[in-house]
Amino acid sequence: MSRRPYTRTVSAASWWLAQPRYIRYMGREVSCVFIGAYTAVVVIGLIRLAESGAAWGAFVAALQTPASLIFHGFALAFALYHATTWFNVTPKAMPVQIGDIVLPDSVIIGAHYAAWAVVSGLLFYLAGG
Amino acid sequence: MTERHVQLEILRYDPETDEVPSFQTYRVPCQEDWVVLDAINYVKDEMDRSLSYRWSCHMAVCGSCGMMINGEPMLSCKAFVRDLPDKIRIEPLANFPIERDLVVVMDDFMDKLSSVKPYLVARRDKPVDDGEHLQLPAQLKKFKQYTLCINCTLCYSACPQYAHDETFVGPAALALAHRYNLDSRDVGRAARADVVASNDGIWECSFVGACSDVCPHGVDPAAAIQQTKIASTLDYFIEPLTPGRKG
Amino acid sequence: MARSHKPIVWSLFAAGGTFAAFVTPAMIVVSGLAISIGLLPAEALAYDRMLALLQNPFGKGFAFLTVFLPAWHAAHRLRITAHDFGIRADLIVAAVCYGLATGATLLAGGALLRL
Repeated sequence: MSRRPYTRTVSAASWWLAQPRYIRYMGREVSCVFIGAYTAVVVIGLIRLAESGAAWGAFVAALQTPASLIFHGFALAFALYHATTWFNVTPKAMPVQIGDIVLPDSVIIGAHYAAWAVVSGLLFYLAGG
Repeated sequence: MTERHVQLEILRYDPETDEVPSFQTYRVPCQEDWVVLDAINYVKDEMDRSLSYRWSCHMAVCGSCGMMINGEPMLSCKAFVRDLPDKIRIEPLANFPIERDLVVVMDDFMDKLSSVKPYLVARRDKPVDDGEHLQLPAQLKKFKQYTLCINCTLCYSACPQYAHDETFVGPAALALAHRYNLDSRDVGRAARADVVASNDGIWECSFVGACSDVCPHGVDPAAAIQQTKIASTLDYFIEPLTPGRKG
Repeated sequence: MARSHKPIVWSLFAAGGTFAAFVTPAMIVVSGLAISIGLLPAEALAYDRMLALLQNPFGKGFAFLTVFLPAWHAAHRLRITAHDFGIRADLIVAAVCYGLATGATLLAGGALLRL
Protein backbone atom coordinates (compact mmCIF):
# COMPACT_ATOMS: atom_id res chain seq x y z
CA MET A 1 0.00 0.00 0.00
CA SER A 2 1.42 3.41 -0.87
CA ARG A 3 1.15 6.46 1.39
CA ARG A 4 0.36 9.85 -0.06
CA PRO A 5 -0.76 12.15 2.76
CA TYR A 6 -2.84 15.13 1.68
CA THR A 7 -2.13 18.50 3.26
CA ARG A 8 -4.97 20.99 3.53
CA THR A 9 -4.17 24.71 3.49
CA VAL A 10 -5.71 27.45 5.60
CA SER A 11 -5.87 31.07 4.45
CA ALA A 12 -3.32 33.17 6.29
CA ALA A 13 -5.42 36.32 6.00
CA SER A 14 -9.03 35.19 6.46
CA TRP A 15 -8.80 32.14 8.78
CA TRP A 16 -10.36 34.11 11.61
CA LEU A 17 -13.69 34.57 9.82
CA ALA A 18 -14.45 30.87 10.21
CA GLN A 19 -15.54 30.98 13.85
CA PRO A 20 -16.99 33.54 16.31
CA ARG A 21 -14.26 32.81 18.85
CA TYR A 22 -11.60 33.75 16.28
CA ILE A 23 -13.47 36.96 15.39
CA ARG A 24 -13.62 37.93 19.08
CA TYR A 25 -9.88 37.23 19.33
CA MET A 26 -9.15 39.53 16.39
CA GLY A 27 -11.32 42.21 18.01
CA ARG A 28 -9.21 41.96 21.13
CA GLU A 29 -6.02 42.16 19.10
CA VAL A 30 -7.20 45.11 17.02
CA SER A 31 -7.83 47.05 20.24
CA CYS A 32 -4.09 47.74 20.24
CA VAL A 33 -4.48 49.93 17.15
CA PHE A 34 -6.75 52.31 19.06
CA ILE A 35 -4.58 52.24 22.16
CA GLY A 36 -1.60 53.03 19.96
CA ALA A 37 -3.48 55.83 18.20
CA TYR A 38 -4.56 57.34 21.53
CA THR A 39 -0.96 57.16 22.73
CA ALA A 40 0.04 59.10 19.61
CA VAL A 41 -2.55 61.74 20.51
CA VAL A 42 -0.99 62.00 24.00
CA VAL A 43 2.48 62.40 22.46
CA ILE A 44 1.24 65.19 20.22
CA GLY A 45 -0.41 66.82 23.22
CA LEU A 46 2.83 66.72 25.22
CA ILE A 47 4.74 68.25 22.30
CA ARG A 48 2.15 71.06 21.95
CA LEU A 49 2.23 71.65 25.71
CA ALA A 50 6.01 72.06 25.60
CA GLU A 51 5.70 74.44 22.63
CA SER A 52 3.49 77.26 23.93
CA GLY A 53 0.16 78.18 25.48
CA ALA A 54 -1.25 78.94 22.04
CA ALA A 55 -0.18 75.58 20.64
CA TRP A 56 -1.71 73.80 23.61
CA GLY A 57 -4.91 75.82 23.25
CA ALA A 58 -5.21 74.80 19.60
CA PHE A 59 -4.66 71.17 20.59
CA VAL A 60 -7.39 71.29 23.25
CA ALA A 61 -9.75 72.94 20.76
CA ALA A 62 -9.04 70.15 18.26
CA LEU A 63 -9.87 67.60 20.96
CA GLN A 64 -13.38 68.96 21.08
CA THR A 65 -14.21 68.60 17.38
CA PRO A 66 -16.76 65.93 16.34
CA ALA A 67 -14.06 63.88 14.61
CA SER A 68 -12.01 63.79 17.80
CA LEU A 69 -15.04 62.83 19.87
CA ILE A 70 -15.87 59.95 17.55
CA PHE A 71 -12.26 58.74 17.64
CA HIS A 72 -12.12 58.93 21.43
CA GLY A 73 -15.45 57.12 21.64
CA PHE A 74 -14.04 54.22 19.65
CA ALA A 75 -10.78 54.39 21.57
CA LEU A 76 -12.68 54.17 24.87
CA ALA A 77 -14.74 51.21 23.67
CA PHE A 78 -11.64 49.30 22.57
CA ALA A 79 -9.73 50.31 25.72
CA LEU A 80 -12.56 48.92 27.84
CA TYR A 81 -12.63 45.73 25.75
CA HIS A 82 -8.88 45.42 26.28
CA ALA A 83 -9.31 45.96 30.03
CA THR A 84 -12.09 43.38 30.44
CA THR A 85 -10.30 40.74 28.35
CA TRP A 86 -7.06 41.45 30.24
CA PHE A 87 -8.70 41.10 33.65
CA ASN A 88 -10.53 37.94 32.59
CA VAL A 89 -7.36 36.09 31.68
CA THR A 90 -5.27 37.18 34.67
CA PRO A 91 -6.41 34.22 36.86
CA LYS A 92 -5.30 31.88 34.07
CA ALA A 93 -1.86 33.46 33.73
CA MET A 94 -1.35 33.92 37.47
CA PRO A 95 -3.33 31.40 39.49
CA VAL A 96 -3.16 31.89 43.25
CA GLN A 97 -2.97 28.78 45.41
CA ILE A 98 -2.79 29.13 49.17
CA GLY A 99 -2.19 25.74 50.73
CA ASP A 100 -4.85 23.45 49.32
CA ILE A 101 -7.14 26.22 48.18
CA VAL A 102 -7.05 27.77 44.72
CA LEU A 103 -8.55 31.26 44.65
CA PRO A 104 -11.63 31.25 42.40
CA ASP A 105 -11.26 33.18 39.13
CA SER A 106 -14.10 35.50 40.12
CA VAL A 107 -12.22 36.66 43.21
CA ILE A 108 -9.11 37.60 41.23
CA ILE A 109 -11.12 39.25 38.46
CA GLY A 110 -13.33 41.07 40.97
CA ALA A 111 -10.27 42.44 42.76
CA HIS A 112 -8.99 43.79 39.43
CA TYR A 113 -12.27 45.56 38.68
CA ALA A 114 -12.25 47.04 42.19
CA ALA A 115 -8.70 48.31 41.73
CA TRP A 116 -9.66 49.64 38.31
CA ALA A 117 -12.57 51.58 39.81
CA VAL A 118 -10.28 53.07 42.48
CA VAL A 119 -7.61 54.07 39.96
CA SER A 120 -10.15 55.55 37.55
CA GLY A 121 -11.82 57.49 40.36
CA LEU A 122 -8.45 58.80 41.53
CA LEU A 123 -7.47 59.94 38.02
CA PHE A 124 -10.81 61.64 37.55
CA TYR A 125 -10.46 63.40 40.89
CA LEU A 126 -6.93 64.55 40.12
CA ALA A 127 -8.12 65.86 36.76
CA GLY A 128 -10.50 68.15 38.55
CA GLY A 129 -13.72 66.25 38.62
CA MET B 1 -36.63 5.04 21.45
CA THR B 2 -37.35 7.40 18.59
CA GLU B 3 -35.17 7.32 15.55
CA ARG B 4 -33.97 10.37 13.67
CA HIS B 5 -32.43 10.40 10.23
CA VAL B 6 -29.32 12.50 9.92
CA GLN B 7 -27.22 13.20 6.86
CA LEU B 8 -23.53 12.61 7.40
CA GLU B 9 -21.24 14.37 4.92
CA ILE B 10 -17.91 12.68 5.40
CA LEU B 11 -14.68 13.80 3.78
CA ARG B 12 -13.20 10.77 2.02
CA TYR B 13 -9.67 10.35 0.69
CA ASP B 14 -8.05 7.26 -0.75
CA PRO B 15 -4.34 7.93 -1.30
CA GLU B 16 -4.15 5.21 -3.92
CA THR B 17 -6.93 6.53 -6.16
CA ASP B 18 -7.80 10.14 -5.22
CA GLU B 19 -6.06 13.35 -6.17
CA VAL B 20 -7.99 15.41 -3.66
CA PRO B 21 -10.40 14.58 -0.82
CA SER B 22 -14.14 14.83 -1.52
CA PHE B 23 -17.34 14.58 0.49
CA GLN B 24 -19.57 11.54 0.47
CA THR B 25 -23.08 11.61 1.93
CA TYR B 26 -24.71 8.91 4.04
CA ARG B 27 -28.25 8.93 5.45
CA VAL B 28 -28.13 7.29 8.87
CA PRO B 29 -31.01 6.38 11.22
CA CYS B 30 -29.82 7.46 14.67
CA GLN B 31 -31.08 6.47 18.09
CA GLU B 32 -31.78 9.25 20.60
CA ASP B 33 -28.73 8.50 22.73
CA TRP B 34 -26.25 8.08 19.89
CA VAL B 35 -23.02 9.94 19.54
CA VAL B 36 -21.48 10.75 16.16
CA LEU B 37 -19.15 7.78 16.57
CA ASP B 38 -22.18 5.46 16.70
CA ALA B 39 -23.42 6.95 13.43
CA ILE B 40 -20.01 6.49 11.81
CA ASN B 41 -19.84 2.90 13.06
CA TYR B 42 -23.28 2.35 11.52
CA VAL B 43 -21.97 3.62 8.18
CA LYS B 44 -19.01 1.25 8.34
CA ASP B 45 -21.04 -1.75 9.50
CA GLU B 46 -24.08 -1.35 7.29
CA MET B 47 -23.33 0.96 4.40
CA ASP B 48 -19.68 1.35 3.43
CA ARG B 49 -17.00 -0.95 4.77
CA SER B 50 -14.25 1.11 3.15
CA LEU B 51 -14.59 4.03 5.59
CA SER B 52 -11.44 4.41 7.72
CA TYR B 53 -11.24 6.17 11.09
CA ARG B 54 -9.69 5.81 14.54
CA TRP B 55 -11.62 5.02 17.69
CA SER B 56 -11.26 2.85 20.75
CA CYS B 57 -12.76 3.44 24.18
CA HIS B 58 -16.00 5.18 23.17
CA MET B 59 -15.91 7.01 26.51
CA ALA B 60 -13.63 10.03 25.98
CA VAL B 61 -10.55 8.70 27.75
CA CYS B 62 -8.37 7.28 24.96
CA GLY B 63 -8.23 10.33 22.73
CA SER B 64 -8.41 8.35 19.47
CA CYS B 65 -11.63 9.54 17.83
CA GLY B 66 -10.98 13.25 17.34
CA MET B 67 -12.48 14.74 14.17
CA MET B 68 -13.95 17.99 12.84
CA ILE B 69 -17.72 17.94 13.37
CA ASN B 70 -19.41 20.88 11.63
CA GLY B 71 -16.10 22.69 11.69
CA GLU B 72 -15.36 22.18 15.38
CA PRO B 73 -12.73 19.72 16.64
CA MET B 74 -14.50 17.22 18.89
CA LEU B 75 -14.25 13.66 20.15
CA SER B 76 -16.81 11.82 18.05
CA CYS B 77 -17.66 9.64 21.06
CA LYS B 78 -18.58 12.75 23.04
CA ALA B 79 -20.60 14.55 20.36
CA PHE B 80 -24.24 13.68 20.88
CA VAL B 81 -26.32 13.54 17.69
CA ARG B 82 -29.27 15.08 19.54
CA ASP B 83 -27.20 18.27 20.02
CA LEU B 84 -26.42 18.51 16.31
CA PRO B 85 -28.45 19.58 13.25
CA ASP B 86 -29.77 17.11 10.66
CA LYS B 87 -26.73 17.67 8.43
CA ILE B 88 -23.44 16.76 10.05
CA ARG B 89 -20.22 17.53 8.23
CA ILE B 90 -17.40 15.27 9.35
CA GLU B 91 -13.78 15.89 8.41
CA PRO B 92 -10.43 14.67 9.69
CA LEU B 93 -8.79 16.80 12.40
CA ALA B 94 -7.64 20.14 10.98
CA ASN B 95 -3.98 21.10 10.69
CA PHE B 96 -2.77 17.53 10.22
CA PRO B 97 -2.08 15.82 6.88
CA ILE B 98 -4.77 13.35 5.87
CA GLU B 99 -3.54 9.77 5.73
CA ARG B 100 -6.82 8.24 4.55
CA ASP B 101 -10.48 9.24 5.09
CA LEU B 102 -10.72 10.43 8.72
CA VAL B 103 -7.26 9.19 9.71
CA VAL B 104 -4.59 11.90 10.09
CA VAL B 105 -0.80 11.70 10.28
CA MET B 106 0.16 12.18 13.93
CA ASP B 107 3.94 11.91 13.59
CA ASP B 108 4.60 15.61 14.15
CA PHE B 109 2.61 15.59 17.38
CA MET B 110 4.42 12.50 18.68
CA ASP B 111 7.77 14.21 18.00
CA LYS B 112 6.64 17.37 19.76
CA LEU B 113 5.55 15.39 22.83
CA SER B 114 8.89 13.68 23.27
CA SER B 115 10.81 16.88 22.61
CA VAL B 116 9.65 18.51 25.87
CA LYS B 117 11.20 15.77 28.07
CA PRO B 118 7.85 14.57 29.48
CA TYR B 119 9.34 12.69 32.45
CA LEU B 120 10.57 13.52 35.92
CA VAL B 121 14.04 15.04 35.97
CA ALA B 122 14.93 14.51 39.61
CA ARG B 123 17.62 16.30 41.58
CA ARG B 124 19.55 13.06 41.77
CA ASP B 125 18.87 9.46 40.96
CA LYS B 126 16.92 8.05 43.86
CA PRO B 127 17.48 4.31 44.35
CA VAL B 128 14.36 2.30 45.09
CA ASP B 129 15.66 1.41 48.56
CA ASP B 130 15.62 5.10 49.49
CA GLY B 131 11.84 5.03 49.31
CA GLU B 132 9.34 7.19 47.52
CA HIS B 133 9.34 10.88 46.69
CA LEU B 134 7.10 12.55 49.24
CA GLN B 135 4.51 14.99 47.98
CA LEU B 136 1.81 16.90 49.83
CA PRO B 137 -1.75 17.10 48.47
CA ALA B 138 -1.23 20.85 47.97
CA GLN B 139 1.85 20.15 45.83
CA LEU B 140 -0.09 17.62 43.75
CA LYS B 141 -2.93 20.09 43.30
CA LYS B 142 -0.58 22.54 41.64
CA PHE B 143 -0.08 20.37 38.58
CA LYS B 144 -2.89 17.78 38.70
CA GLN B 145 -5.00 19.55 36.09
CA TYR B 146 -2.19 19.29 33.51
CA THR B 147 -1.92 15.52 33.97
CA LEU B 148 -5.39 15.01 32.52
CA CYS B 149 -4.35 15.34 28.86
CA ILE B 150 -5.39 12.33 26.75
CA ASN B 151 -3.33 13.41 23.71
CA CYS B 152 -6.42 13.72 21.52
CA THR B 153 -4.86 16.73 19.65
CA LEU B 154 -8.14 18.63 19.38
CA CYS B 155 -6.12 21.60 20.67
CA TYR B 156 -3.75 21.44 17.69
CA SER B 157 -6.74 21.48 15.36
CA ALA B 158 -8.16 24.55 17.05
CA CYS B 159 -4.90 26.51 17.17
CA PRO B 160 -4.50 29.05 14.34
CA GLN B 161 -0.77 29.43 15.05
CA TYR B 162 -0.24 25.69 14.50
CA ALA B 163 -2.43 25.94 11.40
CA HIS B 164 0.00 28.39 9.83
CA ASP B 165 3.27 27.19 11.33
CA GLU B 166 3.88 23.49 11.77
CA THR B 167 7.03 24.17 13.76
CA PHE B 168 4.99 25.41 16.73
CA VAL B 169 5.51 22.97 19.60
CA GLY B 170 1.79 23.24 20.34
CA PRO B 171 -0.67 23.37 23.24
CA ALA B 172 -0.67 19.76 24.49
CA ALA B 173 3.11 19.38 24.45
CA LEU B 174 3.58 22.70 26.25
CA ALA B 175 0.89 21.82 28.80
CA LEU B 176 2.70 18.54 29.42
CA ALA B 177 6.00 20.37 29.92
CA HIS B 178 4.22 22.65 32.38
CA ARG B 179 2.90 19.58 34.24
CA TYR B 180 6.47 18.49 34.90
CA ASN B 181 7.79 21.99 35.56
CA LEU B 182 5.17 22.39 38.31
CA ASP B 183 5.83 18.97 39.84
CA SER B 184 7.67 19.36 43.17
CA ARG B 185 9.71 16.25 42.41
CA ASP B 186 11.11 17.76 39.20
CA VAL B 187 14.01 20.14 38.56
CA GLY B 188 13.96 19.97 34.77
CA ARG B 189 12.64 23.42 33.85
CA ALA B 190 16.02 24.58 32.59
CA ALA B 191 16.52 21.35 30.63
CA ARG B 192 13.15 21.79 28.93
CA ALA B 193 13.66 25.47 28.20
CA ASP B 194 15.59 24.93 24.98
CA VAL B 195 12.40 23.68 23.39
CA VAL B 196 9.73 25.23 25.59
CA ALA B 197 11.20 28.75 25.77
CA SER B 198 12.23 28.87 22.12
CA ASN B 199 10.60 30.92 19.38
CA ASP B 200 8.77 27.76 18.28
CA GLY B 201 7.67 27.03 21.83
CA ILE B 202 5.60 29.26 24.09
CA TRP B 203 6.57 32.40 22.15
CA GLU B 204 4.66 31.29 19.06
CA CYS B 205 1.46 31.41 21.11
CA SER B 206 -0.66 34.55 20.90
CA PHE B 207 -3.20 33.42 23.49
CA VAL B 208 -6.14 32.86 21.18
CA GLY B 209 -7.39 30.38 23.78
CA ALA B 210 -9.19 28.12 21.30
CA CYS B 211 -7.13 25.17 22.53
CA SER B 212 -8.61 25.41 26.01
CA ASP B 213 -12.10 25.92 24.57
CA VAL B 214 -12.06 22.60 22.74
CA CYS B 215 -10.16 20.50 25.29
CA PRO B 216 -12.48 17.66 26.40
CA HIS B 217 -10.81 17.34 29.80
CA GLY B 218 -10.34 20.90 31.03
CA VAL B 219 -6.55 20.76 30.85
CA ASP B 220 -6.46 24.45 29.86
CA PRO B 221 -3.25 24.42 27.79
CA ALA B 222 -3.63 28.17 27.15
CA ALA B 223 -3.25 28.83 30.88
CA ALA B 224 -0.25 26.50 31.00
CA ILE B 225 1.43 28.45 28.21
CA GLN B 226 0.76 31.88 29.73
CA GLN B 227 2.09 30.71 33.11
CA THR B 228 5.17 29.37 31.34
CA LYS B 229 5.65 32.73 29.59
CA ILE B 230 5.76 34.47 32.96
CA ALA B 231 8.09 31.84 34.45
CA SER B 232 10.38 31.95 31.40
CA THR B 233 10.47 35.74 31.43
CA LEU B 234 11.50 35.73 35.09
CA ASP B 235 14.11 33.06 34.31
CA TYR B 236 15.42 35.13 31.41
CA PHE B 237 16.15 38.13 33.60
CA ILE B 238 17.07 36.38 36.83
CA GLU B 239 19.26 33.54 35.52
CA PRO B 240 22.15 35.72 34.31
CA LEU B 241 22.22 37.30 37.76
CA THR B 242 22.25 33.98 39.65
CA PRO B 243 24.63 31.52 37.99
CA GLY B 244 24.54 28.06 39.45
CA ARG B 245 20.98 28.33 40.72
CA LYS B 246 19.18 25.06 40.10
CA GLY B 247 15.95 25.14 38.06
CA MET C 1 16.22 25.30 19.06
CA ALA C 2 17.53 28.00 21.32
CA ARG C 3 15.97 30.10 24.02
CA SER C 4 14.15 33.07 22.61
CA HIS C 5 14.83 36.72 23.41
CA LYS C 6 11.13 37.49 23.25
CA PRO C 7 10.96 37.97 27.06
CA ILE C 8 12.44 41.43 26.56
CA VAL C 9 9.54 42.73 24.49
CA TRP C 10 7.01 40.50 26.17
CA SER C 11 7.69 41.95 29.62
CA LEU C 12 7.07 45.42 28.17
CA PHE C 13 3.94 44.06 26.51
CA ALA C 14 2.68 42.64 29.79
CA ALA C 15 3.52 45.75 31.83
CA GLY C 16 2.02 47.96 29.15
CA GLY C 17 -1.11 45.88 28.91
CA THR C 18 -1.62 46.05 32.66
CA PHE C 19 -1.08 49.82 32.69
CA ALA C 20 -3.35 50.29 29.70
CA ALA C 21 -6.08 48.18 31.31
CA PHE C 22 -6.08 50.12 34.58
CA VAL C 23 -5.28 53.65 33.42
CA THR C 24 -6.09 54.19 29.74
CA PRO C 25 -9.91 54.13 29.86
CA ALA C 26 -10.00 56.89 32.50
CA MET C 27 -7.31 58.84 30.63
CA ILE C 28 -9.35 58.71 27.42
CA VAL C 29 -12.41 60.01 29.23
CA VAL C 30 -10.52 62.76 31.03
CA SER C 31 -8.52 63.97 28.02
CA GLY C 32 -10.83 63.35 25.10
CA LEU C 33 -14.43 63.20 26.25
CA ALA C 34 -15.08 64.65 29.72
CA ILE C 35 -15.07 68.35 28.82
CA SER C 36 -17.18 67.92 25.70
CA ILE C 37 -19.86 66.00 27.57
CA GLY C 38 -19.76 68.25 30.61
CA LEU C 39 -18.20 65.89 33.14
CA LEU C 40 -15.28 68.23 33.69
CA PRO C 41 -15.00 72.02 33.44
CA ALA C 42 -12.92 73.44 30.59
CA GLU C 43 -10.36 74.66 33.18
CA ALA C 44 -9.37 71.03 33.79
CA LEU C 45 -7.17 71.16 30.69
CA ALA C 46 -6.07 74.80 31.09
CA TYR C 47 -2.46 75.56 30.11
CA ASP C 48 -1.31 76.77 33.52
CA ARG C 49 -2.94 73.84 35.25
CA MET C 50 -1.36 71.30 32.90
CA LEU C 51 2.08 72.88 33.37
CA ALA C 52 1.62 72.77 37.14
CA LEU C 53 0.64 69.07 36.97
CA LEU C 54 3.50 68.08 34.69
CA GLN C 55 6.35 70.23 35.90
CA ASN C 56 6.91 68.10 38.99
CA PRO C 57 8.72 64.71 38.86
CA PHE C 58 5.62 62.66 39.69
CA GLY C 59 3.56 64.26 36.96
CA LYS C 60 6.38 63.88 34.47
CA GLY C 61 6.91 60.28 35.48
CA PHE C 62 3.24 59.40 35.18
CA ALA C 63 2.89 61.20 31.85
CA PHE C 64 5.93 59.33 30.55
CA LEU C 65 4.49 56.00 31.61
CA THR C 66 1.20 56.90 29.95
CA VAL C 67 3.07 56.99 26.67
CA PHE C 68 5.91 54.50 27.17
CA LEU C 69 4.02 51.48 28.49
CA PRO C 70 0.93 51.45 26.23
CA ALA C 71 3.13 52.29 23.22
CA TRP C 72 5.28 49.18 23.66
CA HIS C 73 2.22 47.08 24.48
CA ALA C 74 0.47 48.23 21.31
CA ALA C 75 3.64 47.81 19.24
CA HIS C 76 4.12 44.17 20.22
CA ARG C 77 0.46 43.33 19.79
CA LEU C 78 0.40 45.06 16.41
CA ARG C 79 3.34 42.91 15.33
CA ILE C 80 1.40 39.76 16.28
CA THR C 81 -1.79 41.09 14.67
CA ALA C 82 0.01 41.73 11.40
CA HIS C 83 1.05 38.08 11.44
CA ASP C 84 -2.55 37.07 12.19
CA PHE C 85 -3.72 39.02 9.15
CA GLY C 86 -1.32 37.06 6.97
CA ILE C 87 1.64 39.46 6.78
CA ARG C 88 4.63 37.19 7.13
CA ALA C 89 7.57 39.64 6.86
CA ASP C 90 8.09 39.55 10.63
CA LEU C 91 11.46 41.33 10.77
CA ILE C 92 10.16 44.31 8.81
CA VAL C 93 6.91 44.42 10.79
CA ALA C 94 8.82 44.22 14.08
CA ALA C 95 11.17 46.99 12.98
CA VAL C 96 8.25 49.25 12.05
CA CYS C 97 6.26 48.51 15.22
CA TYR C 98 9.11 48.84 17.70
CA GLY C 99 10.42 51.79 15.71
CA LEU C 100 7.10 53.58 16.21
CA ALA C 101 7.20 52.79 19.92
CA THR C 102 10.76 54.07 20.15
CA GLY C 103 9.72 57.24 18.35
CA ALA C 104 6.80 57.79 20.71
CA THR C 105 9.06 57.19 23.71
CA LEU C 106 11.70 59.66 22.51
CA LEU C 107 9.21 62.35 21.48
CA ALA C 108 7.33 62.12 24.77
CA GLY C 109 10.53 62.09 26.81
CA GLY C 110 11.86 65.07 24.90
CA ALA C 111 8.66 67.07 25.34
CA LEU C 112 8.51 66.30 29.07
CA LEU C 113 12.12 67.37 29.53
CA ARG C 114 11.32 70.71 27.87
CA LEU C 115 8.40 71.41 30.23
